[in-house]
Amino acid sequence: MSATTAHSVVEPSRWTKRIATLVVILYAAITIVPLVWILMTGFKTPPDSISYPPKVVFEPTLEGYVNLFTTRTRQTPEYMATLPPPETWYDELVRSRDMVIAGPSRFGQRFMNSVIIGFGSTFLSVFLGTLAAYAFSRFKVPLKDDLMFFILSTRMMPPIAVAIPIFLMYRTVGLSDTHLGMILLYTAVNISLAVWLLKGFIDEIPREYEEAALIDGYTRLQAFIKVVLPQAATGIAATAIFCLIFSWNEYAFALLLTSGTAQTAPPFIPTIIGEGGLDWPAVAAGATLFLIPIVVFTILLRKHLLRGITFGAVRK
Amino acid sequence: MAETTSQIDRIAARAAKATPVAVASRVRGLSDKAIAWLFIGPTIVLLLAINIFPLIWTVYLSFTDYKANRLTRPAEFIGLRNYERVLTDSDIWHTLQVTARFLCWTMALQVILGFGLAWLINKQFKGHGFWTTVILLPMMLSPAVVGNFWTFLYQPQIGLFNYAISFFTGIPPSSFQMIGDVNLAPWAIVIVDTWMWTPYIMLIVLAGLRSIPDYIYEAAEVDRASQWRQFWSITVPMVLPFLMLAVLFRAIENFKMFDLVVELTSGGPGSVTELASINLKREAFEKWRTGYSSAFAIILFVTVFGAASIYVKALNAVKQR
Repeated sequence: MSATTAHSVVEPSRWTKRIATLVVILYAAITIVPLVWILMTGFKTPPDSISYPPKVVFEPTLEGYVNLFTTRTRQTPEYMATLPPPETWYDELVRSRDMVIAGPSRFGQRFMNSVIIGFGSTFLSVFLGTLAAYAFSRFKVPLKDDLMFFILSTRMMPPIAVAIPIFLMYRTVGLSDTHLGMILLYTAVNISLAVWLLKGFIDEIPREYEEAALIDGYTRLQAFIKVVLPQAATGIAATAIFCLIFSWNEYAFALLLTSGTAQTAPPFIPTIIGEGGLDWPAVAAGATLFLIPIVVFTILLRKHLLRGITFGAVRK
Repeated sequence: MAETTSQIDRIAARAAKATPVAVASRVRGLSDKAIAWLFIGPTIVLLLAINIFPLIWTVYLSFTDYKANRLTRPAEFIGLRNYERVLTDSDIWHTLQVTARFLCWTMALQVILGFGLAWLINKQFKGHGFWTTVILLPMMLSPAVVGNFWTFLYQPQIGLFNYAISFFTGIPPSSFQMIGDVNLAPWAIVIVDTWMWTPYIMLIVLAGLRSIPDYIYEAAEVDRASQWRQFWSITVPMVLPFLMLAVLFRAIENFKMFDLVVELTSGGPGSVTELASINLKREAFEKWRTGYSSAFAIILFVTVFGAASIYVKALNAVKQR
C-alpha cells in the first residue's frame, strides 16, 4: 500500500473493497475445493469415498494410507481364524476387511526415487546455474545475448519430441531407467531456469562489493565464494526450490524413460489399483503425501513466485 | 596509523605485481576470461549433450524410415517423405485443430478470469495476501497427479463436480459424463487447465497493476476522466505488456500440454482431446513410427519457435509505446 490518505482518489471505496473481498474469497473457495477433496478422500473408507451424495462428514480412517503402503491378499474366514492375533494396528485394520498384508507396496520406493532424482538434479542445476549466471552477469562473454537466448530456447521443445532421441541415446549408453540418467535429464531442463533466475539475482548484487574484495587481495574465485555467494543465498534458495518443484512434478520424461528402478511418483500414483477398480482413498493418500511438500514450498516461496514463473522477466 | 600505511603498502605491492598480465594471472589465480569459460562451459556442454545433440538426431531421424522397436533394421534415408506424409495426414490436422481450440479457450478464459481477479485483489482489501496464496496453490502442483484426481471428481454418479452441477442446476448427476462424452470432454480439459493456470496470469497481471504509479490516476482525476476512461486509457495499456508476457509463457506451455490431459482423458473419447503432444507420443512410443514422429516433432518445434519470435516482436512494440 502506498502513502495514500483516506481521501485519496486512488484508494478504493469501502463498497468496492467489500465486493472485491467477496468475489476473491468465493473464487479461492472454489479453487481449494478439489485440493481439500483430495485430503478428505485420503481419510475415507473405500465405500465412503464413492458414496452418493458425496460425504462431507465421515468417520476418518487410515485405511487409504495403509493400502497405499502395502499389498494385501483376500483370505477365507477359515484361514483368518487360524492366524495369531494381529500385532499392529494396521494388521488389525487390514484383517477387518478379510485381508492380510502380503508385503510393502512400491509407493515408498517410487517416492524415494522422486526425492533422490529431485534433490540430485536440483543440486546439479543450481551448482552449474550459479557458475554460469555469475559469468554471464560479471564478465564480457562473446555472444552473451545469443547464448542466453539459446539456453532459454531449449525450453520450447515439447518434452515428447526430445524424449525420442533421448530414449535412443540412453538405450545405447545404458542410462535408461537409471537415477543418473533422470538426474542429468532434469538438470538439462532446469538449467535454463536456473541460469536466467540466478543471473537476475546476481545482477542485483552491487559490483562494488567484489571490487572491494579484489582490492583487499582476494582472487576472483575467492571473491565469488566469500562475497557473491553469501549475498546471493536467498536467490539461490528460491531457484533451488523452483528446480525441485519442476523435477518433483515432471511426468512426461518419467513416463517414457523409466519403468521400474528409477520411476518417480507422478507416473506411479495414477496406477495404484485396489480390488475392483481404482482404490481412490489410496490414490488420494498418495497424492496428499506427494503434494504437501509443494504446498509448503509455495507458501515459503510466495515472495519470489512471480520471478520464478517468468524466468526472472518480471520482478516486483 | 601504522595499519593504514601497511594497507597502502599492500595495495601498492599488489598494483605493482598486477602490471604484467601474464604474471598477474599466475599470481592471482585464473584470469577473468578463463573463469568465465570455466563457469559457462559445463552448462553449455550439458545442454549440447542432452538438448542440442538429441535435437540434431531428431532432425536426422526425420529424414529416415527408422523404427525404434526394430533394432536390427538399419535406418534408410527417405528424404522429405516423412514431412510430406505429416503435412498431408488428416489425423495431424485434426490434432492441430484440437490443440488450437484448447489454446484459444484456455487463453481466453484465463485472461478474463486472471485479469479480473488481479484487478479485484489490487483493491488491497484486508487479507488479500492470504487469499492470493490460496488461489496460487493449484499451479504449483503436479499436473499429472492432480489431473488424475480430477477424473474422480468428474465421475458421473459419485463425482463431486457432477454433484455440484446437479446441486445448482437440477440436472441429474449421472445424466452427463464430462470425460466420456464427445461434446463435453474438450470442456473437461479446458476447465481443469483454467482452474490450474488462471493464477499464473493473475499473478503477472497483478505485478503489472502494482507497477502503475498512483500519480497517474491522480492526474486523471484532476482532469475529470471517468473511471471507465481511466480503466481503458491507463490501466489496460499499462498492464498490456505484462499480460502479453503471461500469455506468451502460458501459450508455449499449453501448446506442449501433455501430462494433465493424458491423465484426464488420454486424448479420448476417440481423439477429441488428442493434443499435439499426445498424438506425438502415440506415433513415437506406441506405433513406433520414429522417423515420422521426428518429422512431426520438428514441425511443432519450428511452429512454436516461429510463433514465439513473431509474438516477442509484437510484445516489444507494445512495450516501446
